[in-house]
Amino acid sequence: MADHGPGDLRLTEVTKSFERFTAVDDISLTIPQGSFFALLGPSGCGKTTTLRMVAGLEQPTRGSIHIGDVDVTALKPYQRNVNTVFQSYALFPHLNIIDNVAFGLRQRKDADWKRKAQEALDLVELGHTARKRPPQLSGGMQQRVALARALVNRPDVLLLDEPLGALDLKLRRQMQIELKRIQSEVGLTFIHVTHDQEEAMTMADTIAVMNAGRIEQLADPTTLYEKPASTFVANFLGQSNLLPAQVAGDPTDGLATVRTQDGDDLVVAAEHLPAGIREVWVGVRPEKLRLGGDGRNQLRGVVTDASFTGVATQYLVRLPWDKEVVVVQQNDGSGKLPVGENVTVSWEAGQEFILDQRQDADAGAEIDDE
Amino acid sequence: MSEALATGGPPARRARRNWVPYALLAPGLLWLIVFFAVPTLSLVSQSLQTGDVYNGYVLTWNVQTYVDALSTYWPQMVRSLVYAGLATVFTLLLGYPLAWFIAHRSGRFKNVLLVLVVAPFFTSFLIRTLAWQTILGNGGLLESTMSWLHLTWLLHGFESFLGLVNLGTGNQLLYTPFAVVSGLTYNFLPFMVLPLYANIERLDLRLVEAASDLYATPFHAFRRVIWPLSLPGVVAGTLLTFIPAAGDYINSVLLGSTQTVMIGQVIDSQFLRVLNYPLAAALSVVLMAVIIGLVMAYVRRAGTEELV
Repeated sequence: MADHGPGDLRLTEVTKSFERFTAVDDISLTIPQGSFFALLGPSGCGKTTTLRMVAGLEQPTRGSIHIGDVDVTALKPYQRNVNTVFQSYALFPHLNIIDNVAFGLRQRKDADWKRKAQEALDLVELGHTARKRPPQLSGGMQQRVALARALVNRPDVLLLDEPLGALDLKLRRQMQIELKRIQSEVGLTFIHVTHDQEEAMTMADTIAVMNAGRIEQLADPTTLYEKPASTFVANFLGQSNLLPAQVAGDPTDGLATVRTQDGDDLVVAAEHLPAGIREVWVGVRPEKLRLGGDGRNQLRGVVTDASFTGVATQYLVRLPWDKEVVVVQQNDGSGKLPVGENVTVSWEAGQEFILDQRQDADAGAEIDDE
Repeated sequence: MSEALATGGPPARRARRNWVPYALLAPGLLWLIVFFAVPTLSLVSQSLQTGDVYNGYVLTWNVQTYVDALSTYWPQMVRSLVYAGLATVFTLLLGYPLAWFIAHRSGRFKNVLLVLVVAPFFTSFLIRTLAWQTILGNGGLLESTMSWLHLTWLLHGFESFLGLVNLGTGNQLLYTPFAVVSGLTYNFLPFMVLPLYANIERLDLRLVEAASDLYATPFHAFRRVIWPLSLPGVVAGTLLTFIPAAGDYINSVLLGSTQTVMIGQVIDSQFLRVLNYPLAAALSVVLMAVIIGLVMAYVRRAGTEELV
């Protein structure tokens, strides 16, 4: 399939300006054929505009879009072999389900539309609803019809515009698994736009984190989480403890030492240090921190809050210099520490990530899910 | 205990509630009986009576009146339906883009435009139609505008065309079928625009994007998505235009000639001038039956019952 497919989707220096603001600012990226790609970011970051430009529903102000070797920048949406699953589903209310699914096929005069549409419906396990009308189906079913309606055309690229946004949590998880199964079955390029970081991480091979019209970082989910390239990414994907520190001395044996405000020395992996920077943020994820002194790096503090969530307990620990860190302790039967207890927070060297201290420590932290 | 509760209070309340809907319906029902059912029956009965105004009428089930009415006045009947049909088509052609514009393109002027559509109603129907005499008449507004635009030749060409196809005398617009249909179109345009607007305004334009995404050109997106979804508005608008236009006679009286006589004019003169009540009543019944028949066929054909 991969050998004779349409090729990769390439966006080259794409910018989209509206009257008063720039929604997408000079984005270049390549999305390999057959991959499950996610555009992740808070609302208003330009991810939907990017998607709409790929669909042809918006014209880029500058830049070009290629699918394989074909320049599709100036093509109308109906001239592109790209289909979209809209956030609102946008099913045609006057047509029954099978006619909705067959719409694209019949538009392209596909003589075999009946069989293909039924197959696509069967794929999303809704074969029995062919004669019904969209309003008769539940939200989750409508979402699957919208998916079948796009899939059935075997587009070069399939775009998903927050298609799970309107579903409740349980259905959403179910559909995430479903979508991933279908994607690996049909092998099409999927581009999934979402503001839900968990959704993007579970589903996508590659994620582009967008902020204010630009791509903050493009990587696989593990790299994004373990090695965020900016404080925005560090805060937007999960929680981060960012400790200000100064690089002290030269690295030896692949380890480097940084000194906190309080004079505590922390050992970090030398490869994590960005070159030529002395003032750094040392970032540690809450679940990497442990209460108790068996890690190499140790900080003393006082428990100020403890909230039990079932699988884990989330502690707030105040360090002597008034910085609070979040510690997530797995519920391994070790019991809950009371508020006010003096504790040692520790972690192993190499479990941190290091960022330039000139970046805003709160970037991306205050953004709520819609 | 629970049984006592179940059989205790509720029945009395239910009994009281039962007649409330009927009481609320009664005024409307009475109104319909007195001003619709009774007159309709009396009209049908009148059409089957014989006699004259001075000696009174007797119900003789005289069906001959219908034969006379149709054999004498079928041209006016057909003409009425054709004129009303043409006016309906023209109001649709003018009204659909207008309603679309008001609904989706007019921004903050939406309400102003809607008021403008209804504004003609603030003037009497008669006055508005008379105004068209001054527009279409020789030396009227249309002619002076055309001459100002150096397009008089176009106007005269159109007049000659009307003469050639036997729809006028070849040198004027007023008192031709063209004038009558223009008047009908103008007068009934709001009846088309308002229901269309109400329907088009609710259309989800994202469906156009979806259609376009599924390879539909703008034309196909209109034909396969927008038009079917507009049908309830189109049906409502065409009915509200066609039905009154078919029975209208003011436009024909003021803007037409003896060659444009519509069935409404005939009924009017039979009732009020010739005083042939049975004939006028028979024509009314026939017109009503024809319209009901056409409307039923049309609604069935348009398939609006399928639309949610």
